[in-house]
Amino acid sequence: MPRLRPLLLAFSLAAPGTVCAEEAQIAVAANFTAPMKAIIARFEDDTGHSVKVSFGSTGKLYAQIQNGAPFEALLAADQRRPELLEEEGVGVPGSRFTYAIGSLVLWSADAEKVEDGPALLESGDFNKLSIANPKLAPYGEASVQTLEALGVEQAIEPKLVMGENIAQAYQFVDTGNADIGFVALSQVMQGGEIVKGSGWIVPGEMHAPIRQDAVILESGKDNPAVTELFAYLQGEKAKAIIHDFGYETE
Amino acid sequence: MFLTETDLEAIALTLRLASVTTLILFAVGTPIAWWLARTHSRWKGPVGALVALPLVLPPSVLGFYLLVTMGPNGPVGAVTEALGIGLLPFTFWGLVVGSVFYSLPFMVQPVQNAFEAIGERPLEAAATLRASPMDRFFSVALPLSLPGFVTAGILTFAHTVGEFGVVLMIGGNIPGLTRVASVQIYDYVEALEYGNAHRLAAVLLVFSFLVLLVLYAWRPDRKRA
Repeated sequence: MPRLRPLLLAFSLAAPGTVCAEEAQIAVAANFTAPMKAIIARFEDDTGHSVKVSFGSTGKLYAQIQNGAPFEALLAADQRRPELLEEEGVGVPGSRFTYAIGSLVLWSADAEKVEDGPALLESGDFNKLSIANPKLAPYGEASVQTLEALGVEQAIEPKLVMGENIAQAYQFVDTGNADIGFVALSQVMQGGEIVKGSGWIVPGEMHAPIRQDAVILESGKDNPAVTELFAYLQGEKAKAIIHDFGYETE
Repeated sequence: MFLTETDLEAIALTLRLASVTTLILFAVGTPIAWWLARTHSRWKGPVGALVALPLVLPPSVLGFYLLVTMGPNGPVGAVTEALGIGLLPFTFWGLVVGSVFYSLPFMVQPVQNAFEAIGERPLEAAATLRASPMDRFFSVALPLSLPGFVTAGILTFAHTVGEFGVVLMIGGNIPGLTRVASVQIYDYVEALEYGNAHRLAAVLLVFSFLVLLVLYAWRPDRKRA
């Protein structure tokens, strides 16, 4: 990257109306795809920097970073992986913060299926319940905690199907192969409303908070595009977008 | 123990899936290969291309289409539900259907090549000896193309063992039912359990090498025959 800097500088000088525009290359957890695209569009307009994003599961992105992937920051779906990166000296100490807190929703593509979520889960009146793999995805872990809180985890086990991530858990429900599933509120919410099917937003006290942390990586610590993006993520403009997609912030 | 219990379960499931798929493809692929090898129909090109599609399509495309068509809103899903079978995704037999499509070219192409290599003459000779079409197929074509069948069987089996994307899309990761070895490895890697991933991955690597070794070491015999 440093060797590219003069070239990037030359490009930025040629671009009108920008001061020292840089490029950031970051990795973002798949569940945050939609809000991140919206945030980046605003960020690029406001600052003139450009951001290249790779979306993927946190586990895969983490493994890629460990093996030399050229990312300058990671927006993870959990806290564990950014913490690990910090401990391993790959993440910049002190750069880590919670950029979003996820909400879980029991959702069906059928507009009338989910009226009373807990009652539906107890009745067993559905073919399959789709969740994200609890071993891999924080949303999956929260789903299992919710089932435990309701005391239905054993009754439901035979009907459980697992997606590798929350996107696949959603896909199983959206295609109708599973009647219901625990998905991220951000997947079904737009402008503060559930726009499709029917859902029950799981009360936050039924599961551990789904805190999504971001961390700057060593390769990105001197790149103003990265540090400014992190500041931007904590600003009001980005937070408004994040809330619109059903996440909470600190 | 070198492998965990769930690893062994995943391996057993993988072998079962590959065996069932290979057997079904012998039955389904042979007539297709025979037709492709013998026909002069103008449909030969399009059918051949259709059969070869899984070679070039990303498994995610195949898996996505299968998920949609076998779902309750898809045509296949409507049929299986009407027949009382229920929906195929998240079941072992759903994986079998996916694998049959996914591995189809690995069965059809070697068998088709073997049939084509026989040429017309042995079959015509058999016909002049009043062998019926069935008789010609089973007594002449089949024995002469046996090496092609062995190749096709091994490739189909090995390719199904190595299947990942399609299973991931339609399987639902249910232990003992749809969680095959490749998915288990993926889970280990995603969960940062690299030690477990290495062990199971090594088993698959050695297994795949041995299967291909059998195939390639066995080939010279075929030329002598």
